[in-house]
Amino acid sequence: MVSTDSISTLRADIASRPFVAKLHDWVTTVDHKRLGILYIVYALVFLLIGGIEATIMRIQLIRPHNNFVSPSVFNQMFTMHGTTMIFFVAMPILFGFANYLIPLMIGARDMAFPRLNALSFWLTAFGGILLYFSFLGANGLYGAGSAPDVGWFAYAPLTSQTFSRGHSTDFWILALLVSGFGSIGTAINIVATIACMRCPGMTLGKMPLLGWLNLVMAVLVILAVSPLSAAQIMLLVDRYLGGHFFDTQAGGSAVIWMHFFWIFGHPEVYVLVIPAFAFASEIIPVFSRKAIFGYPVMVAATVCIAFIGMSVWAHHMFTVGMNSNANTFFVLSTMAIAVPTGIKIFNWLATMWGGKIHFKTPMLFAIAFLFQFLVAGLTGIMLSAAPFDWQLGNSYFVVAHFHYVIVGGILFTTFGAFYYWFPKMSGKMYNETLGKLHFWLFLIGFHLTFDFMHIPGLLGMPRRIYTYEPGRGWDTFNLIVTIGVFFQGAGILVFVANLLWSYFHGETAGSDPWDAWTLEWSTSSPPPTYNFATIPEVRSRRPLWDRKHPEDPDWKYE
Amino acid sequence: MSTPPTVISDAHLTWEHPSRGRVGMLCLISAESAIFTIFVVAYLFYIGRSLTGPAPKDVLHVPVFFTVCLLSSSLTIHFAVKSLKNTKVGAFALWWFLTLTLGTFFLAGTAREWRHLIYDEGLTIQTNLFGTTYYSLVGLHAFHVTVGLVAITTVLLFALLGYVRQEHAERVDVLALYWHFVDAVWVVVFTVVYVIGR
Amino acid sequence: MQNRGPSNWKMRFAVQLIVLLYLPVAALAGPADRSISPTNIFAPVSTPAHSILGLSLFVLAVTAAIFVIVFSLLVYCVARFGKRADDDGREPPQVYGSTQVELAWTVIPILIVVVLFMATARVIASIQKAARPANAIQVIAIGHQFWWEYRYPGLKVVTANELHVPVSDPAHPTPTFITLLSADTDHSFWVPRLAGKTDLIPNHPNTMWIDPQQTGLYLGQCAQYCGTQHAKMLLRVYVQSREEFNRWIEEQSQVAHANPPVSEGQRIFKATACINCHGVTGTVADGSFGPDLTHLMSRETIASGAAPNTPENLRLWIQNPDAIKPGSKMPAMGLSDQELDAVTAYLATLR
Repeated sequence: MVSTDSISTLRADIASRPFVAKLHDWVTTVDHKRLGILYIVYALVFLLIGGIEATIMRIQLIRPHNNFVSPSVFNQMFTMHGTTMIFFVAMPILFGFANYLIPLMIGARDMAFPRLNALSFWLTAFGGILLYFSFLGANGLYGAGSAPDVGWFAYAPLTSQTFSRGHSTDFWILALLVSGFGSIGTAINIVATIACMRCPGMTLGKMPLLGWLNLVMAVLVILAVSPLSAAQIMLLVDRYLGGHFFDTQAGGSAVIWMHFFWIFGHPEVYVLVIPAFAFASEIIPVFSRKAIFGYPVMVAATVCIAFIGMSVWAHHMFTVGMNSNANTFFVLSTMAIAVPTGIKIFNWLATMWGGKIHFKTPMLFAIAFLFQFLVAGLTGIMLSAAPFDWQLGNSYFVVAHFHYVIVGGILFTTFGAFYYWFPKMSGKMYNETLGKLHFWLFLIGFHLTFDFMHIPGLLGMPRRIYTYEPGRGWDTFNLIVTIGVFFQGAGILVFVANLLWSYFHGETAGSDPWDAWTLEWSTSSPPPTYNFATIPEVRSRRPLWDRKHPEDPDWKYE
Repeated sequence: MSTPPTVISDAHLTWEHPSRGRVGMLCLISAESAIFTIFVVAYLFYIGRSLTGPAPKDVLHVPVFFTVCLLSSSLTIHFAVKSLKNTKVGAFALWWFLTLTLGTFFLAGTAREWRHLIYDEGLTIQTNLFGTTYYSLVGLHAFHVTVGLVAITTVLLFALLGYVRQEHAERVDVLALYWHFVDAVWVVVFTVVYVIGR
Repeated sequence: MQNRGPSNWKMRFAVQLIVLLYLPVAALAGPADRSISPTNIFAPVSTPAHSILGLSLFVLAVTAAIFVIVFSLLVYCVARFGKRADDDGREPPQVYGSTQVELAWTVIPILIVVVLFMATARVIASIQKAARPANAIQVIAIGHQFWWEYRYPGLKVVTANELHVPVSDPAHPTPTFITLLSADTDHSFWVPRLAGKTDLIPNHPNTMWIDPQQTGLYLGQCAQYCGTQHAKMLLRVYVQSREEFNRWIEEQSQVAHANPPVSEGQRIFKATACINCHGVTGTVADGSFGPDLTHLMSRETIASGAAPNTPENLRLWIQNPDAIKPGSKMPAMGLSDQELDAVTAYLATLR
């Protein structure tokens, strides 16, 4: 075991190297831990940018007929906000945590393909920079173009050369093609790592749930991001080679773009939420002091969600005019997915039941996730009833629903993950008071914004409108929604301040500050480059529980 | 701090895993299959829907010879890998070269077909839905063949310079897996374009 | 972790939270009170919207019941199983799973899904498979960036932006069947009190139907992002008594009258590019890129609801459309002040 002495000597050595040398180390790294941190920091920067875009939109919508930004700027804002948050915040943050944690949790020294890992990160990173270059560069020589303004799902034929002159749409296509290849690379890495590099004794049935859930997520990325890449190549063929894939004037179909996009788009939301489930599945047991309830069922439910999730995509297209048989089928498959999802909520609840819950910041976020994901799932069931969706689809009810999942579900568990693994990654404890302040500020802001956002949808307010008419009953609710944004912003500022302050001045965290049970807590904080002095050997799902409770080890009961 | 186990048990010795290269390549093949599936779906959906221009049955000739070339190259690459596993480096290089030749024939055949379609029949990617979907699907496949041939050429160069030995058999097998995938895709593309679509 | 305040603070907080969350729902508790909003989906006046409301209330009831049960369990769990201040530091009993419990919370949700699915399938069929009666009014709606074109093929009427339909008596229904087409990109027709939304997609005709049972003006707007001025592609549906509707049809099918005092305005209208885009029946103007203007003055708004139809707004619109709807497809015509006055005077005669 590497002692803290040698680590601090190592740190001092590292600290004394010139800045350029340290920068070079980071830029050329293939170490999964460093790449993980690069992904996470990159995503945090884009979280702030995406948040600013959201704030601009909400200020514009604070009252009817407002003039804060022009229609054209607003349309760029909602396109960039959605594209940024999905592709350059949510996916990188989740890939970052996966990269950091998977080798540590399975007792490996790195991912299966370290150089592919680095390539994947840099592809994603450059994709994001390319997207944002559109603000400057899309004007080109003739002043045509801007940041993309076609919505994050870029429906045809709005994206054809006829309706999208200039290069704004091309920036959308190319940035996502490039980062899509990065995502596929990471997914290949995750599958190969989990399939081939688990430590002795760790059968698939003894792997932490985070491993299983990221494996399922990676398979979904491989199967779902590829259709998006295919559709984008087709769009490029239309725009630049005179093709007719989505050219309705030549007999092409606008609806087929929707099918191709949502065949990606729906599994994509499972790509985002399944790693969030993974965080909850690691945090809730540790802070309830109990093993996860129903491990095999949790695995089976996740695999079911992934399977069924590949068959529900056209519930985004209920209003498009599919025949009643098609609509009915997609209602059934969408409602069916509620069953395994509900099972997972009940299992987390059963994990907490009879435990001893420690209300530290990670657990606060995990508990809020449970409440909020429940609500999000229920509004999803409402939307799955196609006729109800004929009213609510493309309205602010849908916007409220998916933000409830992505912010209330995914972002909350991700915050929990930050606080839970920050001591491991940095070697320092975060400030618990600031953590709780972040939680409460963000919770209040989240509910002000997204609870009340459902109502304008029920009262007929469509999405993607830069302004709205007075006298439709939407005014007050939009005001409240906008106010909530500032609480969320304050919460995020507290969060960033906490991270920075704690990194430099936090108390030293030991290797296992939470008294947890998975392998990452058996090595130092932060771990050495090689992760483990000797590759561990495990006999159960909670190897550290076995070490700490030799009279009552898990492998007797599993 | 927790103490590491001091005894390395049998688990370390009997712990077996699939090879990383194989798993990685299978994942890549899955991703590529998904991409091809979308292009195939588009092709099938648009059959018979072109508003103008030449129709498949008017201009397409079934490329039997070049298909046989490509599918045979799967056989030759299989023999190549088998030879290398049996340390027959010379035989490996021969079969490998044969694979490269057959693959190049296939590409040349595609080029010839396209030249005929463009100059003699006036069918381009812009002409109609058939043109768009045909050139995209066959072109995507030809692109993957090209990438494969570049990789095969690189390995052939290494082999001729004497750098390829029996211990590289598994890596070469991974590349062969990619090549088999390219051939399998051609079976699907051939069926969709020259059988169903005509 | 120390408890702060009385030991039941968590329960009280939880109750307050539940009440707070139900407040917005309660705010809608006047669902039939249409004064909350003219576009309230809970205030239907037409059969499709009614069917949807019925299904919605059922789904809401089921999801509310699930919410109350699971939410209460969560609140109880959090309140009851917190680590106490006097904790002895021992781990609680480790429970790894329970097959019976897993079965229970698998089977019950499956049953709920089956019930919800069947209720939904019925409503889908009742709306999508409704037969078109012989006396139905036929309208073709064509979506444009950023306005609505309406044609009544049987009645030889072409108009824009304001749809008129006859009221339907539930005993003897006279529904209106709308064929939805698009001239450019995707749009969506959404008037919440009349029906759910249906998209207008080029090269993909759709059909919807409404049978409003109360006269009045019903509002909505385009619900599929279609470009810069998607937000101002507003919908106005006038449901009229049979007599009023017939009278409206009669007026709309007249050609425009030539009117000597405004012939200067009419000359400018013909000479400048107006007739390239706009049509006026009975004259040489037969453009179809923009709204038909034959009976422009019979409409209450211009620019698809973006502004009231007054001479001032009309003049401003022709002078500088971006002042009212920046990004609309109407270009500024570059007319002088006198030309503007003349054309506006001419348009004012197109009743």
